Amino acid sequence: MSEPLVKVRNLKIGATVYPPGEKPHDIEIVHGVSFDLQPGKVLGLIGESGAGKSTIGLASMAYGRGGVKITGGEVWINGRDVLKSKLRDVRRLRGGEVTYVSQSAAASFNPAKKIMEQVIEAAVEQGKFSKKEAEARARTLFAKLGLPDPDNIGDRYPHQVSGGQLQRCMTALALCPEPDLVVFDEPTTALDVTTQIEVLMAIKEAIRDTGVAALYITHDLAVVAQVSDDIMVLRHGNTVEYGPVDQIINNPQEEYTQALVSVRSIEHDEKAPTPEPVLSVRNITARYKGTKFDVLHNVNVDLHPGQTLAVVGESGSGKSTLARVITGLLPPREGEIEFAGRTLSPDLAGRSREDLRELQMIYQMADVAMNPRQTVGTIIGRPLEFYFGMRGAEKRKRIIELLDEIELGESFIDRYPAELSGGQKQRVCIARALAAKPKMIICDEVTSALDPLVADGILKLLLELQKIENVAYLFITHDLATVRAISDNIAVMYQGKVQRYGGKTEVLSPPFDDYTDLLLSSVPEMRLGWLEEVIANRKMESAGN
Amino acid sequence: MKNIPISAMIGLFFTALYFLMAIFAPLLAPYGMAEIVGDVWEPRSAEHLLGTDNIGRDLLSRMIYGGRTTIFIATAATVLSFVTGSVLGFFAAVAGGWVDQVLSRFVDLIMSIPTLIFALVVLSVMPVTVPVLIVVMGLLDSTRVYRLARAVAVDIEVMDYVEAARLRGEKMKWIIFREILPNALSPLVAEMGLRFIFMVLFVSTLSFLGLGVQPPEADWGGIVKENKDGIVYGIPAALLPAFAIATLAISVNLVADWVLNRTTSLKGGRG
Repeated sequence: MSEPLVKVRNLKIGATVYPPGEKPHDIEIVHGVSFDLQPGKVLGLIGESGAGKSTIGLASMAYGRGGVKITGGEVWINGRDVLKSKLRDVRRLRGGEVTYVSQSAAASFNPAKKIMEQVIEAAVEQGKFSKKEAEARARTLFAKLGLPDPDNIGDRYPHQVSGGQLQRCMTALALCPEPDLVVFDEPTTALDVTTQIEVLMAIKEAIRDTGVAALYITHDLAVVAQVSDDIMVLRHGNTVEYGPVDQIINNPQEEYTQALVSVRSIEHDEKAPTPEPVLSVRNITARYKGTKFDVLHNVNVDLHPGQTLAVVGESGSGKSTLARVITGLLPPREGEIEFAGRTLSPDLAGRSREDLRELQMIYQMADVAMNPRQTVGTIIGRPLEFYFGMRGAEKRKRIIELLDEIELGESFIDRYPAELSGGQKQRVCIARALAAKPKMIICDEVTSALDPLVADGILKLLLELQKIENVAYLFITHDLATVRAISDNIAVMYQGKVQRYGGKTEVLSPPFDDYTDLLLSSVPEMRLGWLEEVIANRKMESAGN
Repeated sequence: MKNIPISAMIGLFFTALYFLMAIFAPLLAPYGMAEIVGDVWEPRSAEHLLGTDNIGRDLLSRMIYGGRTTIFIATAATVLSFVTGSVLGFFAAVAGGWVDQVLSRFVDLIMSIPTLIFALVVLSVMPVTVPVLIVVMGLLDSTRVYRLARAVAVDIEVMDYVEAARLRGEKMKWIIFREILPNALSPLVAEMGLRFIFMVLFVSTLSFLGLGVQPPEADWGGIVKENKDGIVYGIPAALLPAFAIATLAISVNLVADWVLNRTTSLKGGRG
């Protein structure tokens, strides 16, 4: 076996923490991680947030972000230990031999400079190419990455291309100096599934064609299975499992890896519709104040008591706007909403306290959905006090009941949101919604900000609570795996219209309309060769047309 | 009360010292405030620790009584300005629309007139008493607090938890005092320290110009005015109030910084 391009040995990374009321002290966040990477190969680093995967990725460029210090171990790149190199040599390394693709291309490009200028900057700065050569190379890369009009796209500014295109421009930026290693840090996480697949294809082909090695960092095992040769599963800064992709996906050894692979295996059978829907959205057309563009066009959906309607679509499809219309935050231009047998006032001010109580909402970001200065007890207790006039011991008893229902327990009652983990926060938000004894809860992307295993727990809890409380969910999401797991009815939204609507089995069975087909086929599946199949299918289709 | 940083400790010590001196002025001052006890501009001696002033009153006693007046007026005006400014600011942010427009433009109008000149004009037609002084200073300063409070509240107002409260059907009072106020407190407290110092300077300026605290009542600005001619003869009496103002300003700010750090900690302000 030849000498690996990257050789990481016993890498340890620490940081200083400043807990309030205590002396600042150092903690270790990566505890001795080792791996090898051969030229032209891709290593996937996977783990939940806080696992240390991005930190390791950046450490391979001898860089520690914001107070993070590399405290031990070796990082050999091309036969040099970069941790012991002088700063001048490290500068030759960064942007030359090793380049980096970050999660948010939109935040990483300078909005005031043209794309081409930024794509070639590193290559020219490092003296690898002249400006002309670099520009020619960038155009080739643009074409290879499937960007439209590769000859001229470099003359645009970052805001003039779409998010998926910008992410590919960033990949071109990373590949431009002919690096030996590219670190991809969650490059598709912020993208819609339909866009993600294009970027994934482009990245995979670019890696294959240029023969560059890559570290691919993500929390989505299904994605990493498509692009990497080896996978390292990380948790709390330790290696859980490290091996070839085939072994990790098809024959995982560790319990944690097995849980990751089998995530979203919730079985939920579709329920039959009831005669009386709890919510009927009738011919809703809506636009935001001061705009001349309808975000929703003639939307009609029903939600039955004790069931789940999943509203699916990519960003900008109007699904969250639908939630705002239903809650009364955005009065519609046309149409009406029937709820529990009565017509709801279009705006919030005209609704009765009963209307408000029976229709609750859970938000995507549990962090900002709870007042950081209120304890869990206050947060859950307020609806009890507000709607039912509960006080003192009676209220406390009910809060504890609710805490038990969300599997947290009494000890959480005096904690502040900042003292909870992401999943716990979302559970408290669920309890707050349940406290009002609602007939219906709108769940707006409630699991998208959570790690897969945690999200799984939340979905199971929601289903469990649905059985006990007979509450209906309007579940807004872009994640089709979630939809499969929990819905009874599905509405697929595209550009403000309901594209496809009906029972789960019906919506998810062919024949499909074009958009639903594209959406369904874009969801990464946790098996090898899925990406190639999809690419092959799409090529065939386009050849057939 | 452990874990107080040394800077906050110093700040707390001196702030407490000044406030205690203000509160217990009659007990601490060796002579009466307006009592003529010696010659003009006597140097330091055992009887008069800081010497005497331009008409032979004990300077230490006048400094202590003056501090009392200055600190009292500044505190009262700061409280008035914060209550008015922040309540109106939060109200404008939560109400939005034309309420916000009317209030904000009115505040812009007031702010376009230099505060000192505005105060001088108002005080020259009104009887200059301590309550009038406090009201004029407090209301003029509340425009600054209003802008800060509104800016902070506008950011908080768009948070999901405020939306959740609205969807619950909460009234304006709950949203302002239970959702927004606790989260706006730390920038406001930090600003309060700063505004208190501006108030001290403001009242001292007014007294120096003769439209603030009226003789024979003492205040730090007035003491500078009375003794300013002494500087020509090398008499430092006029510099003492300046020194007092400076140390008070620094120590109050040290405390405000510390409070700010504490309340922005992740533990929900319990530190």
